[in-house]
Amino acid sequence: MNVRESARFAVRGVTANPMRTALTTLGILIGVAAVIILVAVGNGSSAAVKESLSRLGSNTLTVQASQGGTGGRAGGFGGFGGAPGEVSSGTRTRTAELTLDDAEALTDATLAPHVLRVAPRVSASSVTATYDGATHTVSTFLGTSPSYLTINDDSVQKGETLTAEDWTGRRRVALVGSSVAEDLVGGDGLDAVGKTVQFDGIGFTVVGVLTDKGSTGPQDEDDRVIAPLTAVQDTLTGYGSLSAISVQAKDADSVATAQAEIEDVLNSRHHVTSDDADYSIQNPTSLLTAVTSTSQTFTVLLASVAAISLLVGGIGVMNIMLVTVTERTREIGIRKAIGARRGDIVGQFLLEAVLLSLFGGVMGVLVGLAGSRFEIVGVRPVVSASSVALAFGVAVGTGLFFGLYPANRAAALRPIEALRYE
Amino acid sequence: MTGARVPRPVLDLRGVTKVFGAGDTAVHALGGVDLVVDRGEYVAVMGASGSGKSTLMNIVGCLDVPTRGRYLLDGVDTRRLDEGRQAMVRNRKIGFVFQSFNLVPRTSAQSNVELPLAYAGVRLAQRRERAAAALARVGLADRGHHLPSELSGGQQQRVAIARALVTEPVLLLADEPTGALDSRSTREVLDLFDDVSAGGRTILVITHEEEVAERAHRVVRFRDGHIVSDERRAPRGARAAAAGGAA
Ligand SMILES: Nc1ncnc2c1ncn2[C@@H]1O[C@H](COP(=O)(O)OP(=O)(O)OP(=O)(O)O)[C@@H](O)[C@H]1O
Ligand SMILES: [Mg+2]
Repeated sequence: MNVRESARFAVRGVTANPMRTALTTLGILIGVAAVIILVAVGNGSSAAVKESLSRLGSNTLTVQASQGGTGGRAGGFGGFGGAPGEVSSGTRTRTAELTLDDAEALTDATLAPHVLRVAPRVSASSVTATYDGATHTVSTFLGTSPSYLTINDDSVQKGETLTAEDWTGRRRVALVGSSVAEDLVGGDGLDAVGKTVQFDGIGFTVVGVLTDKGSTGPQDEDDRVIAPLTAVQDTLTGYGSLSAISVQAKDADSVATAQAEIEDVLNSRHHVTSDDADYSIQNPTSLLTAVTSTSQTFTVLLASVAAISLLVGGIGVMNIMLVTVTERTREIGIRKAIGARRGDIVGQFLLEAVLLSLFGGVMGVLVGLAGSRFEIVGVRPVVSASSVALAFGVAVGTGLFFGLYPANRAAALRPIEALRYE
Repeated sequence: MTGARVPRPVLDLRGVTKVFGAGDTAVHALGGVDLVVDRGEYVAVMGASGSGKSTLMNIVGCLDVPTRGRYLLDGVDTRRLDEGRQAMVRNRKIGFVFQSFNLVPRTSAQSNVELPLAYAGVRLAQRRERAAAALARVGLADRGHHLPSELSGGQQQRVAIARALVTEPVLLLADEPTGALDSRSTREVLDLFDDVSAGGRTILVITHEEEVAERAHRVVRFRDGHIVSDERRAPRGARAAAAGGAA
């Protein structure tokens, strides 16, 4: 008997019990769809992070303080757009400090000729903004110099930007992101310009509303306030160390040279060598590497969760095939009595199992592709062809693997015993 | 014995025994059976319940193997056959009819009859044709697309007979084929058997009913796994011819 015959018997077997077939198929369907969607979400989130990194500019470097003597490895990517650590000035731990003088030294045109701009940063955490009864907790409150706006490619959509006079005059002025402005004054938030807002009880005059960055992922990048570093130190953070220094190299090609110059300057100022540096420098490449490996881990994790559900689906197929074989023992006996060989019976039941998983696989791919069109937890999924092929292949392979045992069990039945089975 | 007259008997059993289980609980279902059946014979096997009739039929049908003894089917020693060959023998040389019909459920009468041909590797078009012819022969030409659940017991048994005969086997084996049928369906089935026998095919039928045994040429009686009598009826040539003419 040929494969086409076995296929016909198998189709008949699968269609004989539509409800059971549908439920068994559902297990495979969910597994395949989960693999496709979760891998797409992983891919999508890493694409989003990469995109936001590229907007950061390819010639920016971030200097951060780190534990002295621990080797000075770059500590993840917590620095971008956010606050890597609070400025805790009072405590004298081994935590190294970056100072305004460090930042000043980096602007030296002879020691660091490839450095274009330098912006010292302090950040205050959980600052509550109040205006006219409205309150808002600012996720990023940054004190910095006007050059930061240039380095970070920021502009104002209404009002004035920060000026050098604001810095030297220690003026209590601020630029607010649209999320902050909307919460405080309502509407599109543009009316915030000119208003005096209390930040932890200290009045700052809003001079401009920042142009939207747009949000990537769960983080709202427009929930921020930027004020002159001098004024922030006067009021909110005190005069401790900086949380970071943003540095812009002359151009993308001189990033590495600029990094070397920064290291020279800081090493001599801090009396350390590159091996036991008490600071770390993140450049766009190292950041990208860190992000990529993190998101790869993330994707692999998601994929393994999905793979487990595919395995569960496969066990479902095996379970139902064992039930089917038991139920149809008598039929197997009849078939053997009229001349079916071992191979005929194996073929029939194996094809039935594969048919179940094939059907589930096809439906799973369709559902997976459809599901990947929607935004999931703020991430636009990016479907990868290889995950679709892999999920589908594994589904069909699962059917083969988990169908093999029940099919062989059916074929090994002795005709007389199978016929006598009640 | 008649074996001398015809060179190759269809069935040739020598000292066949069958023991189920072992030790104290062993059941000697067959205790040394010698039986030779020639081509074209119509044999009825009778005996009390538990006397070993079905056990004999299972061995004859290559569904089970004897514990001891030799069994030649159409000249071939069945002990030498591997599993695949045994399947082939069942497919080509034997047609089974069971008391409980044993049609494949949820499968049309036509497909049921096609099944042995499918396992024999016959092409689809030819299979259709031969199955339809076999159904017509048992008087069910118009019932091909019906499922077993849509047929009466007598009709199901006739489908089973069509399935048994479609491969043109040398031997038709029937284990109480009329046990579950009323008298009219019984007569229909027996007429079919007469017809098959008249066509030269060998039939071995197990039965409790005298009505069935009456039609056979030879009656073998069993008791406790042994043959206790083996009598040949006078050839019912005239009656068979009359029945054949009427049908
Ligand atoms: N698989 C088996 N295991 C153990 N004992 C068995 C088995 N099959 C049959 N026997 C025993 O063998 C003996 C003969 O059984 P068999 O089925 O051949 O009887 P039978 O003549 O067909 O009876 P009936 O007319 O009731 O069908 C019985 O005592 C039965 O209990
Ligand atoms: Mg019996």
